[in-house]
Amino acid sequence: MSLLAEVTGSIGSVGYGLAAIGPGIGVGIIFGQGVQAIARQPEAYGVIRQNMILGFALTEALALIGFVAPFVFGVG
Amino acid sequence: MSADAILAAGDCHLSTGGCGFPAPGAEIFFFDPVATYTIAGIEWHITKPMILLVISAILVIAFFVAIFRKAKVVPGTMQSVGEYGYFFIRDGVARDTIGRQGDRFVPLLFTFFFFVWLLNFMGVIPFAQLPVTSKFAIPVAFAAIVYLAWVPLGIKRQGLGSFLKSMTMPPDVPKAMYVLLIPIEILSNFIVRPFTHAVRLFANMFAGHMLIATFSIAAWYLFPTNLLSDPSATGFIGLGGSIAATIVTIAMTGFEMGIQILQAYVFTLLAAVYLNDSVNAH
Repeated sequence: MSLLAEVTGSIGSVGYGLAAIGPGIGVGIIFGQGVQAIARQPEAYGVIRQNMILGFALTEALALIGFVAPFVFGVG
Repeated sequence: MSADAILAAGDCHLSTGGCGFPAPGAEIFFFDPVATYTIAGIEWHITKPMILLVISAILVIAFFVAIFRKAKVVPGTMQSVGEYGYFFIRDGVARDTIGRQGDRFVPLLFTFFFFVWLLNFMGVIPFAQLPVTSKFAIPVAFAAIVYLAWVPLGIKRQGLGSFLKSMTMPPDVPKAMYVLLIPIEILSNFIVRPFTHAVRLFANMFAGHMLIATFSIAAWYLFPTNLLSDPSATGFIGLGGSIAATIVTIAMTGFEMGIQILQAYVFTLLAAVYLNDSVNAH
């Protein structure tokens, strides 16, 4: 069977690009909603900020796993 | 051959040709041992991250001992800084997350925050220039300390059965869903949780250091050394690129300093959230 298409070079970087889509949207939603919440209720700033950073950290983990996966599984 | 070694060799520039861009890889995080010992048949290597780790530990201890040993009722400048940091952790992290019982965990969280911050900060200090937490073993050790603190604490406070119940069986869910939920909750709370706790810190510092290394190598690589003797279009484009890369390197270093404090805060906050699961059953 002949090859129709081939990808050479660092496929890990392509994988990271795919892995970053979801967390990118998620982090955007978290900070967007967080800023909106602070604008609506500035006196709750401390609690909102803390929960915002917590949500950001949990979402970001997915992107970071995508970042380390090429190193873990070893690319040539 | 590491990117450092290529740069040390010197002649790798775009304008002189004959050399591709020496992109930094994971090898910039590995160092030749400074000293080697053999104890009980095992070789021990002393490397740069280990030295920086010890220096950071000594600095944190020395700073806070110097401030708080002779604490005054009316604080001086440095004591104010130390107290501000203490209140930040106690009120902003421990009490907000764990509640009234949070005060017991302030020493642990306080130590984590400032130690991790200084280890991260080593990435921008000249001559150190390596975030120590970008060596995976170190965040793993920290995450292991937190994991070995909150799991036994939860068993001790709530008893094994009710601790597992509160960790794996969310309330107000149809009974049939537990078939699906319990394995997922076990996986996410007891296996993925310590892993992501360590990976989050490691990968941020790793990626940030790599980014700075890439742009500073680009600034060096694009710089036209032979512009005066041999002016060419490539040389002028390289000069522009080199200046841009230098500016980006400086901007990224500033950005990275923000990320360093944020990641130290996130690590501490997550440690507090995990401890809260053990202290307050939900």
